[in-house]
Amino acid sequence: MVTLNTVIDWLRPWEPSAPVIIVCAAAISLYAIGMMRGAKPGFWPALSFFLGMGLMYVVTQTQFDYYSQYLFSAHRFQHLILHHLGPFLVALSMPAAVLAAGLPASVRAWPQGRAAPVFSVLRVLYNGIQQPFLAAFLFVGILYFWLTPSIHFYAMLSLDLYWLMNWTMALDGLLFWWLIFERGRAGVTPRLSPGKRILLLGMIIPPQIALGAYITFSRQNLFDIYDVCGRAFPISPLLDQQIGGLITWIPASMMSVVAAIIVLAFRLEKTHARS
Amino acid sequence: MPGLSHLKRGLLIGSFALVLLLSGCIGGDYATKGVYGLLPDLKFDLVSETGQRITEADLKGSTVVVFFGFTHCPDVCPTAMARLAAALDRVDQSIGEEVNVLFVSVDPGRDSPEMLGRYTDFFSEYIIGATATEPELREMTKRYRATFGFDEPDQFGNYNVSHPSAMYVFDGSSRARAIFRPADTISDMAEDLRRISGS
Repeated sequence: MVTLNTVIDWLRPWEPSAPVIIVCAAAISLYAIGMMRGAKPGFWPALSFFLGMGLMYVVTQTQFDYYSQYLFSAHRFQHLILHHLGPFLVALSMPAAVLAAGLPASVRAWPQGRAAPVFSVLRVLYNGIQQPFLAAFLFVGILYFWLTPSIHFYAMLSLDLYWLMNWTMALDGLLFWWLIFERGRAGVTPRLSPGKRILLLGMIIPPQIALGAYITFSRQNLFDIYDVCGRAFPISPLLDQQIGGLITWIPASMMSVVAAIIVLAFRLEKTHARS
Repeated sequence: MPGLSHLKRGLLIGSFALVLLLSGCIGGDYATKGVYGLLPDLKFDLVSETGQRITEADLKGSTVVVFFGFTHCPDVCPTAMARLAAALDRVDQSIGEEVNVLFVSVDPGRDSPEMLGRYTDFFSEYIIGATATEPELREMTKRYRATFGFDEPDQFGNYNVSHPSAMYVFDGSSRARAIFRPADTISDMAEDLRRISGS
């Protein structure tokens, strides 16, 4: 029987990370304050935001993280949340206005105040990194980079590199899905046509399928770090790798299809609103 | 602003690590897998095969190879110990630091100190058996990014244990230097042991 103690034990972080806890707590608090100050995101966007943030927290700051570090399949699930589902839900909620409402007025004035030159540079950099084809390249490239066996070995062995890997995955996920779901008042993010968004979503599918299929069907144990450090429980290395490959292949690619349907739904909604 | 300086430091370390990863210059140049700067220093508090307490201070000044295993292991542990014993035979122990091997049993339920003594003596006089309680072992393995787990026992009480296949090599100053993996050759292991111990 699952007791309260079991749940509390499970919720304790395996590797507590102050930056992750601070960023998650700050984002959730700002959003809640923004709502209390009168921002009305609506029920579904608010649910989407809290769910996205909550999922990213759970896979990094509970005992789930233990399994992510000692099973390849759990690691792939963790990155499915950090790079795909979590940022997907956060970006879908378009939280910028609510988060801004939660900030103190003095902080909101920074981009127009003395820090204006810094924000101008950041805007240029952000705009550059959000160029559609570069964003798609980065989205897939970062998957290939961290799944290169020799690089993956060190990323799982060193705690610093492990966090660097998780942060880059989450940030890249946020950038990409933000570009895909950007809507409402024009901001710094390039505004793409629905067709271009769907093209980008289509472009990222084949390389993800190729990578996932390669891992799934490989007869070799590609990621020996999980043998070197030991697995969370006795499981065949190839079975662990095959499950991890399938997670990289199928749900990750499915996210593009779901995103394309949402982009089309937004387009239809806009057409209906006009007519 | 301290927050900003932390951010700058984080970005600097991150960029540096990415450059090192891309250039393949991480961990040091070893015939096996170099891990210099990636893992914490050697630290442990265990019960040795003689029943006495043993800590890193007892092995200070010698090169230490740490292996996490169990004596009922059918394949990985005996193979690893045999390979390590063969590598030790190629190292001149009279020059440089002495090389000791710490065989840490992650199966304290079955591996008593006496049993560990008989097991390690079979392979080499330089191999020391040691163990601790499960929570203490968990703490030690976590320090080296490793873990272990148990299967459900069968009708005879036998069970399988998942454990690291790596051997962690620390120099005389307790710094992590290299990892020996099952695919590494005995001559590569001996070469790195000679290099690290200065023999």
